[in-house]
Amino acid sequence: MTVFDLAIIGGGLAGCSTALHARKKGASVILLERGRCGGQASGVNYGGVRQQGRHPAELPLATRSRGIWGRLHALVGCDCEFVATGHLKLARNDRDMVDLVAHQAVAADHGIAIELLDGADLRRRFPYIGDRFYGASLCADDGQANPRLAAPAFARAARQLGADVREECPVERAVPSPLGFEIYVTGQDTPIRAHRLVNTAGAWGANVARWFGDSVHEDVMAPNMCVTEPIAPLIGPNLGICGGGIYIRQASGHGSVIFGSGVGIADRDALRARPLAAVTMDAAKAAIDMVPALANVLVVRSWTGIEGRMPDNLPVVGPSPTIANLYHAFGFSGHGFQLGPAVGAVLAELAIDGRSPTCLAGLSMTRFAGVPDPVATTLPPANCSQHKEEGE
Amino acid sequence: MTAEPPIVVVGAGPAGVSAARTLVDAGHRPILVDEGMFPGGQVFRRPPSPLQQSDKKLYGFDARRARRLHDNFSALLPSIIYHAETMVWAVEPGLLHLARGDKAICQPWKRLILATGAMDRIVPTKGWTAPGVVTLGAAQIALKAQASIIGKSVIFLGSGPLLYLVAYQYARAGARVVAVLEAGRPFRRFSDLPAIASGGATFAGGVFYIAWLKAHGVPIKTGIEPLEILHGSDGRTSGLRYRRKGQGRETILSCDALAIGYGLKSETQLADLLGVDFHFDPQQRQWLPTTDLDGRSCVDGVYLAGDGVSVRGNQIAAIAGELAALALLSDMDGSEAPQAGALRREIRRARRFRKALDSVFAFPTDQLKTLPDEALICRCEGLTAGAVRQVVELSGESDINRVKAFSRLGMGRCQGRVCGPAAAELIAAAASTDILHVGRLRGQAPLKPIALATLAGGRDDGI
Ligand SMILES: Cc1cc2nc3c(=O)[nH]c(=O)nc-3n(C[C@H](O)[C@H](O)[C@H](O)COP(=O)(O)OP(=O)(O)OC[C@H]3O[C@@H](n4cnc5c(N)ncnc54)[C@H](O)[C@@H]3O)c2cc1C
Repeated sequence: MTVFDLAIIGGGLAGCSTALHARKKGASVILLERGRCGGQASGVNYGGVRQQGRHPAELPLATRSRGIWGRLHALVGCDCEFVATGHLKLARNDRDMVDLVAHQAVAADHGIAIELLDGADLRRRFPYIGDRFYGASLCADDGQANPRLAAPAFARAARQLGADVREECPVERAVPSPLGFEIYVTGQDTPIRAHRLVNTAGAWGANVARWFGDSVHEDVMAPNMCVTEPIAPLIGPNLGICGGGIYIRQASGHGSVIFGSGVGIADRDALRARPLAAVTMDAAKAAIDMVPALANVLVVRSWTGIEGRMPDNLPVVGPSPTIANLYHAFGFSGHGFQLGPAVGAVLAELAIDGRSPTCLAGLSMTRFAGVPDPVATTLPPANCSQHKEEGE
Repeated sequence: MTAEPPIVVVGAGPAGVSAARTLVDAGHRPILVDEGMFPGGQVFRRPPSPLQQSDKKLYGFDARRARRLHDNFSALLPSIIYHAETMVWAVEPGLLHLARGDKAICQPWKRLILATGAMDRIVPTKGWTAPGVVTLGAAQIALKAQASIIGKSVIFLGSGPLLYLVAYQYARAGARVVAVLEAGRPFRRFSDLPAIASGGATFAGGVFYIAWLKAHGVPIKTGIEPLEILHGSDGRTSGLRYRRKGQGRETILSCDALAIGYGLKSETQLADLLGVDFHFDPQQRQWLPTTDLDGRSCVDGVYLAGDGVSVRGNQIAAIAGELAALALLSDMDGSEAPQAGALRREIRRARRFRKALDSVFAFPTDQLKTLPDEALICRCEGLTAGAVRQVVELSGESDINRVKAFSRLGMGRCQGRVCGPAAAELIAAAASTDILHVGRLRGQAPLKPIALATLAGGRDDGI
């Protein structure tokens, strides 16, 4: 009877990275993915790789992840089109500017360098930005990547190292057992057995957690995305705006411009999501407002994906509060692409070594149980204007 | 806008116009939306008035039907709300999203008849993106709507009845038709003949065009395999290298333009966005929206007619349009029109003819198996056949949407409308799997590229 050291439910970026990192530690690993690795949120997102503007609770993970993004080629054999184009966050008014200044200080504590630009700087250095903006802050270290390539690349690398990555394998339920866990895949009578279990089931994460009595509310969201025909190089950094709203990037190399704002419709049970035309129209308007030269560019496609959203817009990352050797990481609320690589590294450490050097304070599931989470209470609420980004 | 729940017909070709007429006859005032400048659709396209020519010259055998459609339409016009040059760019339950000029319009709908027609189906040949290579449809548009021809000496390459018709039209318009090169081997099997003859007028038309071309010294070669479209130092098309299937000897023909078409591909994105079921039609080798004989889809209030549901030509399209409208009316008030039975019989008969045509002019899947690696398959993204084969091999994937995600296949301006059918065959061959497993590219809004400014522009609510 095979008992894996570690089983992973969900082959998004978080799960595939967990598989790779656990395998690198020598653990025997099985990953079970209902569809295809990276077929859900991890494969269809905007491709923003930014630390700037994140809630402080996410910053330790974000900085660690940024390190991995820069080493992808060595790690998974392909750079997944990651380019450090910088991330420019625009201020609409002086109040936004105050937020940006405050965030600069917080980010500096985590070793992230952010440069503030006043209106004149902004116009001089980024002349294609619409003239109604008050200023901006630039994190040169941030960038963008191609989401379609990332999770599959991690899955491939994990497989090459000997992880058992199984696609088209929906997990119906899992239960604790004397040995660890028994995991039941649809259509198979014998359970898969593992000593430890990681739940990286994305928008379905709370559903999986509930099998073990870990009950949290996870909503669903579908960031509305559009992409244009390729155009000559125009936009350098990945662009965002204070308080959320429109975000725009130009795929380096290819030249298409990807923009998003607002949300479409997601049906988590039917595994279906679709963008909304009205939201697309608003996004086009906001995009022109931000980069007027986009007005006559053609949109060729719109899409969305199914993303889990927690009530405070922060993910759950950490051990189960009730079951030993069970770890959760889901509900990334629109910003788990950047975090994915580090989430996997940290989950592998937690599951195999029992601890991780990366601070997860404020991300524990216990924050929803009325159990005081010592650090979380000292952090600002996640829904302040700084951290509301819908999916970038 | 009328007070009644709006019935919207999309497409003013034979199917759409006949559906609209049927609705008007029943006392409704449908909204008819069409991208074209004038009604008529692809087959009965009309030039702007300064370029007007006689119907006989424009439409040949179909001149009477063309005139009838145009006359019908004129009579219909006061009773419908007609919107020309209006593109549907998205559809949602109860809401159509239109674009006209630089304006976006939201049009509510309660019942919808999709008569969106078909477009040319392309099989890439090495060199097919050279200037001077156009689709059969585009060659026809040049002739009908712009009163011009695509070149002085033209090769017609591909498969299907349209090949002979357009070659004939070009010869009549004064072009030198270098040759008609047919990939299929029509009329080789006697067993096909009775079924083909059941095509009636369509069949007679086809036979006439072939006979006419032969009588005028135009070489017609069947069973050919194109190898490469040649170009001169200026990059423009200069000729074609080809051989007879299964034979070694290659032939080169010179030309200054080439029209290509391998039958038609149904335009199905609207049905797809609405969630209509699809099935793979092995005869037409494409995924088609599933409807009952009358054109009822599985989505409440959504009906399909014409080439957009199955390529059967303009006569059947008109019948299907009427049937779909009758189905819609019957679902509204439970009525059963007396003529429905006869119309259904016509459709059934057409199926037999269509089947024969499809087996005679079969999609040349072999040509895609042997397409050289360096030939472009997805021209929007500059993707070669070799690149697609490599992705299939390295990823082990044969699902076209997965291959798309890894290679950018079908992610460009055409969204796979041009490359999709050929790419599916290529993937199936590369993965040694059945085309059914390759699946189909999912439709996504906008249906056709649309400027940000248009999306951002005015937002009228309904027409
Ligand atoms: C449109 C969009 C834009 C976004 N933009 C950005 C961005 O720019 N930057 C950024 O950082 N983040 C962005 N995000 C968020 C980011 O994509 C997600 O947070 C991240 O991909 C989540 O990764 P994941 O591995 O947790 O989840 P997923 O990628 O959703 O993976 C979870 C997997 O679990 C599988 N699964 C679930 N239940 C089961 C089961 N019972 N059995 C087997 N398998 C199961 C699913 O099939 C799925 O593949 C965006 C999200 C969307 C949807």
